[in-house]
Amino acid sequence: MQHIHISAKHALFDLKLREVWRNRGLVWLFAKRSFVVTYKQTILGPAWLFLAPLLTSAAYVVLFGNIAKLGTDGVPQLLFYLSGTAMWTFFSTCVTRCANTFTANAPLFGKVYFPRLTVPLSDALGSALHFCIQMLMVLAMLAYYAARGMVAPSPSALLVVPLVLLQLGVLGTGVGIVISSLTTKYRDLQVLVTFGMNLWMYATPVVYPLSTADGTLRRILLLNPVTEAMELYRAALLGAGTVLPGWVVCSVLVTAAVALLGIVIFNKVERTFMDTV
Amino acid sequence: MEQIAIKISNVSKQYRLGAFGGKTLQADLESWWARKRGLDDPNVRIGATHSPSQTFWALRDVSLTIRRGERVGIIGINGAGKSTLLKLLSRVTAPTEGEIDIWGRVSSMLEVGTGFHREMTGRENIYMNGSILGMTRHEIDDHMDRIIRFSEVGEFIDTPVKRYSSGMLLKLAFSVAAHLQSEILIMDEVLAVGDMAFQQKCLAQMRLAAEQEGRTVLYVSHNMDTIRRLCDRCVVLSHGRILFDGDTDAAIAAYMEQSLGENQVDLDLTDKPHTQQNGQVAMTRLRLTDKAAPMYEPGESLRFRLSVRASAPVENAAVRLTLRTDADVGLGTAWSQRFTISGDGDYALEMPMDALEKGVFYASIGVYRFDEVGRPITLDHITRAFKIELVGLPVWNINAHGYIRLPELTVSAVRQVN
Repeated sequence: MQHIHISAKHALFDLKLREVWRNRGLVWLFAKRSFVVTYKQTILGPAWLFLAPLLTSAAYVVLFGNIAKLGTDGVPQLLFYLSGTAMWTFFSTCVTRCANTFTANAPLFGKVYFPRLTVPLSDALGSALHFCIQMLMVLAMLAYYAARGMVAPSPSALLVVPLVLLQLGVLGTGVGIVISSLTTKYRDLQVLVTFGMNLWMYATPVVYPLSTADGTLRRILLLNPVTEAMELYRAALLGAGTVLPGWVVCSVLVTAAVALLGIVIFNKVERTFMDTV
Repeated sequence: MEQIAIKISNVSKQYRLGAFGGKTLQADLESWWARKRGLDDPNVRIGATHSPSQTFWALRDVSLTIRRGERVGIIGINGAGKSTLLKLLSRVTAPTEGEIDIWGRVSSMLEVGTGFHREMTGRENIYMNGSILGMTRHEIDDHMDRIIRFSEVGEFIDTPVKRYSSGMLLKLAFSVAAHLQSEILIMDEVLAVGDMAFQQKCLAQMRLAAEQEGRTVLYVSHNMDTIRRLCDRCVVLSHGRILFDGDTDAAIAAYMEQSLGENQVDLDLTDKPHTQQNGQVAMTRLRLTDKAAPMYEPGESLRFRLSVRASAPVENAAVRLTLRTDADVGLGTAWSQRFTISGDGDYALEMPMDALEKGVFYASIGVYRFDEVGRPITLDHITRAFKIELVGLPVWNINAHGYIRLPELTVSAVRQVN
C-alpha cells in the first residue's frame, strides 16, 4: 500500500519528478482543457493561431525589413520573421503562462493536492501544441520558397527543431516557475513579466539575425541563452544562421541550471504558498 | 491486528496574522541591504519591534491515530482548526511542526467539482475531476457508467456543464468523488448542499465504502445529523487542540455545550451584556491562560488575561471576580490590587482555587474605580461572563459538603483520659 510521509522538514533537492511522471495523464488533460477552453467561444476559433503570427510577421516585414532595413541572412523576409515569431512566441508563452502558475491556480491548489509541477508542464505542452500548429504554416511557406530555390533547409532540421523546442520549453518553464514562485511573495514581479519578455525579445535574434551584430554587442547577445537556440533552429530550418558550438553548449548548461533552480524553488514554495496568497 | 490508516504525531500549524507578504521586492531588497550594512531597516516604523507580524497556532500539538475502516467525524466551532487539519492531511499545505504518516491513497474533497470547467462536457469533466482527485484514466473508464448512473445526469452527460442546473452539477461532481478508488476519503461539508434524497444516497454510499471496502473516512461538518449518520468516532477540536476523541454521541454533546458559548476559553466580551457606569472603560476580551477547555484540577489556579480598553487613563482601578454556582448561589468575591488602566491593554490575573471543590461555576467580572473615600464605582461589569468547571475528587459530595473546602481544622488534644 502506498505510504505518504508528511513532515515539517523539507528535503531541498527532492525534485518529486517521479510523482509528476505518475501523473502525466494530468499534464495532458490540463493542456487539453486550456486548449479547448481558449478557442471554444471565439469567432474565428483556432484560426487565430494562424492569423496572429501572420499579422505580426507582416508588421515586422514593414517595420524591421523595410523601414529599419535589418538583414535576414538572405532568407525571404516573411519566412524569416514567421519562423522566428513562432519559436519566440512558444518560448515567451511558456514563461508568461508558467509565471502565473500559483496565482492563477490558487483556488484549485487550495482544494486538492496533486503534483503542482503538472500545471506549468501542461502550460509548456500547450504552448508546444500551438507551436506545432503554427509550424504547419511555416512549413508550407518553406516548401514554397525551397521549391523556388530561395532557401536551403538542412535535413538535420527534423532532429534539431524538436531538440531546440525541448530546450526552449525547459528554459521557459524554468524561468516561468522561478517567477511564479517569487510572485507568491512579491506581486510586483508579475507586472515585470510582460514588459521583461518584450525587452528579452529584442535581446534575442528574432527580428534580426545574429550575423548583423558584432564586437561587444554580439558577445552580449550570446550571453542570452535563447540566442544560440534561435540561431541553431534557423540554421537547420532555413539554412542560414550563426552556430557557435561552444555557445550552444553554454546555452544548454544555462537551461539545465535554470530548470533545476526552478524546480527546487517551486517545490519549496508549493508546500505552504496557500498560507500566503 | 488493526491496521493504521493515518498517524498524526505532534502536528502544529502556525499562521501569520496581519499585514505581511504582498510586499514589494524593492522593499525587501532595501531592508536586506540595510541589515547587511548594520543600518536601521528603512521599512520598519520607528518604535516597532523587529518582527511585527503576529502569529497564531491553528493547530497545536495534535496527535491522532486513525485505524483502517474507521469513519471519523471532526467537529468544533469555527476557527477550531478543523479545516487546517484536513488541509494538512490532503497536502494542500505543509505542517509547521510534526509528522503525518498516511498508508493508502488519499482523496480529498474540500470542495466538490474541483477543476470543473463550464465549457467542457459532463464526461470531459469526469475525466478532469477524477484525474485531479488521483484516479488513473483506466480507473475512470472502468467506473464511467456507474458514475453517470449515480449522478442521475443521464443523457446530458455530453452537454457542456454550463447548461446544467446547479443541482445537476453538484450531483455529477459528487458522483465522481463517491467512486474514487482510494483507501482514505477526506471530506469537508460537501454534503451540506443538494436535495435530501441525494444526500441520503451519498451518505449510504459513504457508509458502504467504509463498511464493505474497509475505506477510511474523515468528515468535517457542522451538520450533526450527517455526522451522527456517517461517523462511528468523533474528534472535537477546540483552539487547535483535541478537546474530545471518542464516541460520536458524547462528542456531539461536548461540542454542543461548547458551541453554546459557555465552554469557551477565549471570549469576545464585546457582544455580552455590560453594566456600565460610563462608556470610557470597556472589557473586550477574556482568555483563560493555557487552557483548551475551562476545566480545572483541584489545586490549580484560575489564570486569565483580560483585555480592557480605556479612552482615558484610570488610576486606582481594580478587577472584581464573583463566582456563583450553577444553581445561582453566590460563593464569594475576589478583588485585585489597585492598578492603573490606560489605553488598550491586556492584564494577567490569577487566583488560587484551593478552596473550591468540584462543580460548575459562573464568573461575573467587573472593573471598578475607587473614589477618594475608598468606595468602588463600577466602570464596566459583565454578569456570568464565563464558566469554569472543577473536576474534583469523587469523595467530595457537593450536596452534603457544599462547594467550598473550608480552611483546615487544626486539632490538638487538650484532654485525654485513658
